[in-house]
Amino acid sequence: MNISTDPWVWIASILSLAILSFLYKENPFFRAAEHIFLGVANGYLVTFYWHRILMPILFRPLFQQGDLLLIIPFIIGMLYLTRFIPRISWLVRIPIAIYMGYWTGVLIPATIQAKIIKQVQGTILTAPNFQSWNAGTMGIVWSVTVFIGVLCTLSYFYFSREHKGVIGVTSRVGIVFVMIGFGAAFGYTVMARISLLIGKLQYLLGDWLGIIR
Amino acid sequence: MIFILCALMGLAPPTNVRAYDTPDDGGGSINIEWQLSPDDAQIDGYEIYRSEDGVNFTKVGFIGKSRSLNQDQTEDGITYTYKVAAVSDTLRAFSQPSMEVISSASWINVAKMNIYVAMIIFGGLILYYIYHARKGKKLFIRKIAGLQAIDDAVGRATEMGKPILYILGLGYIEEIATLASLNILGEVAKKTAQYDTKLIVPNADPIVYTVAREIVKESYTNVGRPDAYDPDSVFFLAREQMAYAAGIDGIMTREKPATNFLVGYFAAESLVLAETGAATGAIQIAGTDALAQLPFFVTACDYTLIGEELYAASAYISKRPLLLGAIKGEDWSKVIIATVLILASIIGLVSRFPILSLFQ
Repeated sequence: MNISTDPWVWIASILSLAILSFLYKENPFFRAAEHIFLGVANGYLVTFYWHRILMPILFRPLFQQGDLLLIIPFIIGMLYLTRFIPRISWLVRIPIAIYMGYWTGVLIPATIQAKIIKQVQGTILTAPNFQSWNAGTMGIVWSVTVFIGVLCTLSYFYFSREHKGVIGVTSRVGIVFVMIGFGAAFGYTVMARISLLIGKLQYLLGDWLGIIR
Repeated sequence: MIFILCALMGLAPPTNVRAYDTPDDGGGSINIEWQLSPDDAQIDGYEIYRSEDGVNFTKVGFIGKSRSLNQDQTEDGITYTYKVAAVSDTLRAFSQPSMEVISSASWINVAKMNIYVAMIIFGGLILYYIYHARKGKKLFIRKIAGLQAIDDAVGRATEMGKPILYILGLGYIEEIATLASLNILGEVAKKTAQYDTKLIVPNADPIVYTVAREIVKESYTNVGRPDAYDPDSVFFLAREQMAYAAGIDGIMTREKPATNFLVGYFAAESLVLAETGAATGAIQIAGTDALAQLPFFVTACDYTLIGEELYAASAYISKRPLLLGAIKGEDWSKVIIATVLILASIIGLVSRFPILSLFQ
């Protein structure tokens, strides 16, 4: 056994154990670690924004290099602070509206391309899509399965009609496809989480206590 | 001298060098194409040379043999000329210079025309139904399981004298899940104001926090209870994902809310939150469009709004014409997508038309 002599490893390990103690129940150790975590995270956030965003992108170019065009984002950003002045707090809506308008413009075409057009392209029943499975004649079966799954799932998320009659049947098939997808995602994600746990145990038992190498 | 050496060694230069502004881009780049050297098999590759005056050329790139296209980063508005040299060890065989070329930004990306068409169709449908909803036309949206439970959940919290915890997740304000969640928060806040139930709304994003605070305040005012609004009920907790999760876990175990809403965008912290909430015995209503997190909510929560159900739920619960019209427009967009899928498949199966190229 080769216990670490690095005080930072000790601090990290003790805080890890304090957080893990939550598995037993909420206790003063967890509470202390939780508050330290929150304080450090928020402190880091403030310094990160100051040193990596505000100073190099806004303040230095604007006030030291004289890039006057930056006065516009500077004023828009400052409007966020009007929230603290009740009489003009409504001005906070301006930067929020600009921010949302910008991102809506960026995201709508990207979403249509990635989540609609590309998905439609991959679902169409045609020879290149059959071959893309690299599964010989089974490629046709998989493509048809995906095709049916997409149509039935779309019908499940159709809100303008009650799930009765034909839509009732297709939406039930659709939700089966959705749940199968969730099952696969569940297994995949749990596997990833277990690898995180293994990483943490390796840190505690290896880097800290030196029991394993 | 080098030219003579090249000739003696038999190293032939590339020919037909063509430089042109990269199409459908935001400017700042030029494409250079050439015909491979007849000695392509023996050379190391091609060097690309650039000149701003047509006389002095400087090397700006190298590309392996058998390749005949390169892209050069440029400054818009400057006239450039290019030469390409076949390279073999220390020998270089230069092509004739290209025509002059200037890079500039394209106004329209023709390669993405299918996205414009889809955007116009889907956007048009949504605007059409919003127009009709505003005119007062009744738009039907089916009942969504989970929403019916909101009244029960608020009532339960009131009877137990315990708070309601509303978790908006990690999403930024521009994300649709966050916007839908904020709409639902407004309706939940109205009910907590009416029942005089304590509401707790921890936030992970400063802008979402600002909006959430305004929404809750407005809801309390709208139902005539501005006095019951507690400014400290909506607060910023942490941007860091797991710090946010640890903080909420602490709130769940200390405050023991009767009901937890987990509605918005979530990532790896979803199961941590949902499991802790389930362990405290709270009723949990979840909703997200994060596909990887939905399985965890389905298993650990009492009701889950799956993907687009979340968007529809915000329209259903608020009955606002803007949202109802949008959901109706989206429904018809789905009908169009299904029709396109079926028609494209028929064309793809019975003809030789390259149908997939329409969706590149």
